[in-house]
Amino acid sequence: MVKKIGIVLCILVLLVYGTALAQTPKKGGTLIFGRGGDSVGLDPAYETDGNSFMICDNVHEGLVFYKDESTDTEPGLAESWTIAPDGKTYTFKLRKGVKFHDGTPFNADAVVFSHGRQMKERKLKFFGKGWDIPKQERPPEYWVTMEMDGTIDSIEAVDEYTVVYKLKRVEAPFIANMGMDFADIISPTAFMKDPGGAVRNPVGTGPYKFVKWVKDDSLTLEAYKDYWNKAKGPYMDRVVFRVIPENSVRFLELKAGSIHLCQFPNAADIPMAKKDPNLWVPTQPGMNIGYLGYNHKKEPWKSNVKLRRAIAHAINRKAIVDNIYQGMGEVAKNCIPPTMWGYNKDVPGYAYDVELAKKLLAEAGYPEGKGLPEITLWSMPVPRPYNPEGLKVGVAMIGDLKKIGIKSRIVSYDWGTYLNRQRDQPEDMDLFQLGWTGDNGDPDNFLAVLFDGMASPEVRTQWHNETYHKYMLDGKQTVDQAKRAEIYQKALQLMYDEVPVIPIAHSTVMWPASKKVVNFKLHPTGSVMLRSVWLQ
Amino acid sequence: MTGFIIRRTLIVIPTLLGVTIVIFSMLAITPGDPAELLLGERATQASLEAMREYLGLNKPLYVQYGLFLKRVAKFDLGQTIWSRDKVSKEIGARFPATIELALAAMLISSLLGITLGIISATKQYSWFDYASMLGSLVGVSMPVFWLGLMFMLLFSLTLGWFPMSGRIGVETDLTVVTNFYVLDAILMRNWAGLKDALMHLALPALALSTIPLAIVARMTRSSMLEVLRQDYIKTARAKGLSETKIVLKHALRNGLIPVVTVVGLQFGILMGGAILTETVFAWPGVGKWLFDGVVKRDYMVIQGGTLLVATTFVIVNLVVDVLYAVINPRISVK
Repeated sequence: MVKKIGIVLCILVLLVYGTALAQTPKKGGTLIFGRGGDSVGLDPAYETDGNSFMICDNVHEGLVFYKDESTDTEPGLAESWTIAPDGKTYTFKLRKGVKFHDGTPFNADAVVFSHGRQMKERKLKFFGKGWDIPKQERPPEYWVTMEMDGTIDSIEAVDEYTVVYKLKRVEAPFIANMGMDFADIISPTAFMKDPGGAVRNPVGTGPYKFVKWVKDDSLTLEAYKDYWNKAKGPYMDRVVFRVIPENSVRFLELKAGSIHLCQFPNAADIPMAKKDPNLWVPTQPGMNIGYLGYNHKKEPWKSNVKLRRAIAHAINRKAIVDNIYQGMGEVAKNCIPPTMWGYNKDVPGYAYDVELAKKLLAEAGYPEGKGLPEITLWSMPVPRPYNPEGLKVGVAMIGDLKKIGIKSRIVSYDWGTYLNRQRDQPEDMDLFQLGWTGDNGDPDNFLAVLFDGMASPEVRTQWHNETYHKYMLDGKQTVDQAKRAEIYQKALQLMYDEVPVIPIAHSTVMWPASKKVVNFKLHPTGSVMLRSVWLQ
Repeated sequence: MTGFIIRRTLIVIPTLLGVTIVIFSMLAITPGDPAELLLGERATQASLEAMREYLGLNKPLYVQYGLFLKRVAKFDLGQTIWSRDKVSKEIGARFPATIELALAAMLISSLLGITLGIISATKQYSWFDYASMLGSLVGVSMPVFWLGLMFMLLFSLTLGWFPMSGRIGVETDLTVVTNFYVLDAILMRNWAGLKDALMHLALPALALSTIPLAIVARMTRSSMLEVLRQDYIKTARAKGLSETKIVLKHALRNGLIPVVTVVGLQFGILMGGAILTETVFAWPGVGKWLFDGVVKRDYMVIQGGTLLVATTFVIVNLVVDVLYAVINPRISVK
């Protein structure tokens, strides 16, 4: 009996030990990441594209981190922060003992420097000697578009490890913004040595440090030995980002085992990847929305809700997602992705119902489309993360509209002209396709930026609705997240009722990987964070 | 001869001036705003204005052109819009890659093409002749894109002989001096690096060489056929010279004149036309870079890149003209 118990115990111990062993990160090795395009630059304040950010994500860090698979925030280079009762003063307590890759210390002055250099009118105070920051020549894109100059009044280093931000207005998404790449902290010493070279020689506090970059070929990072959070990594010796522009070649390289991860494969290769015993397919619903908008500057779209609703029920969005997104997406109910707080599950979504659409069209004053001239449907000329093939989507929609008697035709321009003309809402535009990839996981970054036409004439959907505008203002100025979620849910219900746009789909990101790659997680923002990834 | 070379070199200046005017006019009439493309969906009026001002796009076109000429006169090609790096530096990193690939492809296509052409001509209407001419017809019609993928499937994935894409292995340690990796490896006496660089070069060069190879082979064949019917060849035969000597010493020299023109032209085309090969094989060359520049309306890249390609074209043509005289001194250089 005792012997039997002994054997069982032994087996149990082995099992537990074995599981633990499988979970223990293995150190060493070189991860080769295959991507479709090269980084444009490596200075987080000035970049605008995913391939640049994926390097910044591993070399640099911000005061605030996003959690592994969501945009909920957690302390990063700041250990903690407090918000004054008036909502306009943010005090960050910084982590001690952190060093930049060049050996210089991370402190409050580095924070003041990194953010201060992006300000138009700099109201800064260093704790130590500080630096005379050179004038910035190029506008820092994200700082400008996130309206940071309108938000931040001054930045002050109170002591070596405390930074205070005084805001001009209450801005609830402020903390979420601090997690974005533009808010990364760079080494001031390295920057001042060669201000023009920061775009090619990034120096941060991240788990990997920059080694070399052969343009359009490869970019190499290596593990930072003095990384402050050793409990989380880095585990691999090196990471090489290889540029392989052609999707099918990139996938073949993965199958051949010469790369470990394949960014943006062709949709047709996904089933093959799933069948391959050496591969697995990390998947993440993208933080994006592709939508069909109306020209709210002209009639009948401006005031005829029934007409807008008729079109919403006429379009077969499931067929679009199945056939054009090739399953790499889901039909959208709300204009924010389901993974985001504030999402309204109770909104029913517009069912595909041709009869209902016809009925609504008649009630709108256009029975069987009579009285409605041929309308234009602007379709995007380029693939975007939220819409893989705008022209094909446009053709599908035209077919759907024809079924209820609405005649329409596709209009398209080159991408620059499309964006430019769309903003003016010209008379010759009736419906338009567009979309958005979120920046900071805050509903404000979708709902206010995209649809609150009353906030600014630059909002791409010029829908003017007093109640909605008020919701957006409340949402921005309420600091408590639970209360904000309620506000946004109401706003989403209002959108469903008023149909300012038709949400089409959220795309899903699938990047096949070798089974040797462990603990790799795709992030909703599209970030590639390799800190805790290891090779088996 | 020296006077000729100087004259031909001076012609480069008005040619390039013409090229820049054409490029500038084309940029003026084609739609697309680099600032808008750079900022995408996020652009606001304020950020667009700031970006246009920074890029100098709000100046009238003739002013932009004037500024461009002024810079070029000082041998400064400026800074690219997207990567904010010096155009000259961007070219310096990529141009050697393109030249290396084009030279390798040219070498394969000339050696193989001329050999095939000579054999076909001397054994006219034989099975070898039919096979090689049919092969070259297929070669001309084969899209590089598809051929590249087939090469990869066969030689890399199935047989494992060559690496699939890229210019050098990730693990290969090569000190880069000239950016011509083959040359760098030889200079550094890094034989492992040389082998790796050559292995990476093989498939793209082979894929890129198919079209010129076919053209060179057909050209050599027809030119040789014509020459072999000439009276002086009959004389040579009557003298009792061996057939090999007749073909290689007497016929080939004259037969090669039109081939040299073709090779020269093909090299120019390879310089600008390697875009597809560079894309398929992830070869970091100037063709793909220039193409991306056009898509993104990066004026600086387009101007710098086209100037470079045009200059190369002119130089290659110059070399071809000089070669004529070397091959056949009877052709006087006027």
